[in-house]
Amino acid sequence: MNDSISRRKLITSGIAMAAGASGLAVAASVASHYGLIPPDSGGIWGVGETLTYATQRLLMSHHSLAREFNRSEVSKVIPVSGDPPKTEPFQRLLAGKFADWRLTVDGMVARPSKFSLDELKRFPSRSQITHQACEEGWSFIAEWSGVPLSYVLNLVGVSPQAKYVVFFPFDESWDSLDLPDAYHPQTFLAYNLNAQDLPTPHGAPLRVRVARQLGYKSVKYLSRITVTDNLKNIGKGFGSAAPEYGYSWYAGI
Amino acid sequence: MLGSLNRGMSESAYAPRLVLQSTEVLDSPRHSALVRITHWIFTLSFIGLVISGFAIILAHPHFYWGETGAIGTPTLFSLPLPTMLGGPSGWGRYMHFQSAWFAVLSGLLYAISGFLTQHFRKRLLPARADLSWGSLRASILDHLRFKRPVEEDSYNVLQRLSYLAVIFLFFPLMIVTGFAMSPAITSVFPFFVTVFGGQQTARTLHFFIADFLVLFLLVHIAMVMLAGFKSRMRAMITGRTGGGKQAS
Repeated sequence: MNDSISRRKLITSGIAMAAGASGLAVAASVASHYGLIPPDSGGIWGVGETLTYATQRLLMSHHSLAREFNRSEVSKVIPVSGDPPKTEPFQRLLAGKFADWRLTVDGMVARPSKFSLDELKRFPSRSQITHQACEEGWSFIAEWSGVPLSYVLNLVGVSPQAKYVVFFPFDESWDSLDLPDAYHPQTFLAYNLNAQDLPTPHGAPLRVRVARQLGYKSVKYLSRITVTDNLKNIGKGFGSAAPEYGYSWYAGI
Repeated sequence: MLGSLNRGMSESAYAPRLVLQSTEVLDSPRHSALVRITHWIFTLSFIGLVISGFAIILAHPHFYWGETGAIGTPTLFSLPLPTMLGGPSGWGRYMHFQSAWFAVLSGLLYAISGFLTQHFRKRLLPARADLSWGSLRASILDHLRFKRPVEEDSYNVLQRLSYLAVIFLFFPLMIVTGFAMSPAITSVFPFFVTVFGGQQTARTLHFFIADFLVLFLLVHIAMVMLAGFKSRMRAMITGRTGGGKQAS
C-alpha cells in the first residue's frame, strides 16, 4: 500500500513538474511576443527585473502621465551628474555652437533623416515641469521644452515591425526605450531647460526626456536615433549601456 | 534545560486545558507548512532587502523632506557613511526589487491563507478583554520585568498587537512608500506620493520604517531566544516543538 502511494505521488509530482515547466515555457514565449521581457532578463536578477517590467507594462496604462508642477515649484538647484564628452567631434560642434550638429534618425524607418537644431526647434514644441529623480536618491523639479519624440518618429515613418528606439549620444551612455515609452506624450527631445538653451553639462544640444523613468534613461548629448526590432546586436545586447555597469535597463521604479 | 523546565511548568499548569483539547489539535503542528515556507522565504527576502537597501543608500546617504532634494539643498539629516557611486546602487537596485517581489508574493500568500484559515482572527486578533488598560499594563510590566513567559499555545496580547501592526501597517507602508519613489507607478497612482507630501518625504519614511522593522526583527530574535531558541526553530522548520504531547 505504501508502495502504491509513493508511486502515485511520484507520478503526480512528475506530471505536475512537467506541466509547470511547459507552462513556464509557454508563459515566457507569450510574454516575449507581447514585449514583456526586458533585454537584461538574463542572469541572477532577471527574475525580479522581468516581473517588474512585465507587471508594469501589463497592469499600467501606456498613457498615464507623470505629475506636472507649477513654475513656483521649480528647484533652485538643478544638479548635474557627469562631465560633457571630451571627444574631438563633440568639442568641435560645441565650439561652433552646434551649427553643424545634425540629429540622424535611421534604422527601421521609411525616410531616414538628419535634422539640424533649428529644424527641430521649428517643429511643434512641448514644455513641461516634471520631477526627475536620480537612481542615487536625489531629485529636482525643472521645466523642459522640446519636440515630442512621437512627432519625429511619425515624420520618419516607423516600420510596424519595430520594437525599440535606440539613442546614441556623443558619450558612452547609449540607451533605448520600448515603444510605449518612446511614443508617450511626455517623452520628448529637449533643447531647453528652464526656458534657456540646454546648458552643456545638462546634455547640449539635445537630450531625451523620459518622464516616467529615472534620470539615467534621459540620454544627454544626443547624436543619433535608431529604430530597431532587436537589441541583441547593440553593445552587449542588454538594451543599454547601464546593465553593462550593473544598472537595470528599465528604470520606471 | 530551561526548555524542560518550561515544559514541566506548562504540563502542570495547563494540564486541565490539555484535557479539553482534541487529539487532533495536539497532533497539529504549531506552524502550518504554508506559514513555515513563507516565513523562511520572507526571511531571506527581508535580509536581501536590508542589504540592498543599505547598498542603495551608499550612493547618496542624505535625506530630505518634501518633493525634491540634492547636494546644495537643505538636508533633513545625513548618515555618517561614505558616498559610493557607480556600483552598490546598481546591484543594490536589482537585488532590492527581486527581494521585494519574493517578500511581497510570499507575504501575500501568507496573508490570504491567514484570512482563509482564520489564523489572524483566531491567533492574532486580541480578545476584547485583553485590550483593557489593566490587562495591557500587566502584559507590558511582565515584559519590562523580563518575566519568563510560560509555555503556551497562544500569543500574548503584546505579541498579537505587534505582529498585527507589522503585518498590516508597517509592511504595507513599506510597499506604499516604495511605490511613491517609482515615477512609473506614481504616473498611474499619484496618490501614493501626494499622500506623503513628496517623493523625498516618502524616501525618508521608507528609511525610517525599514529601521523600525530591523528593530522588530532584533526583538523577534531576542524573544525567540528567551522562549527557547532550539524548540522555536524546530517549530518553524519542522512544525513540531518536539515536546511529546504538549500543545505548544
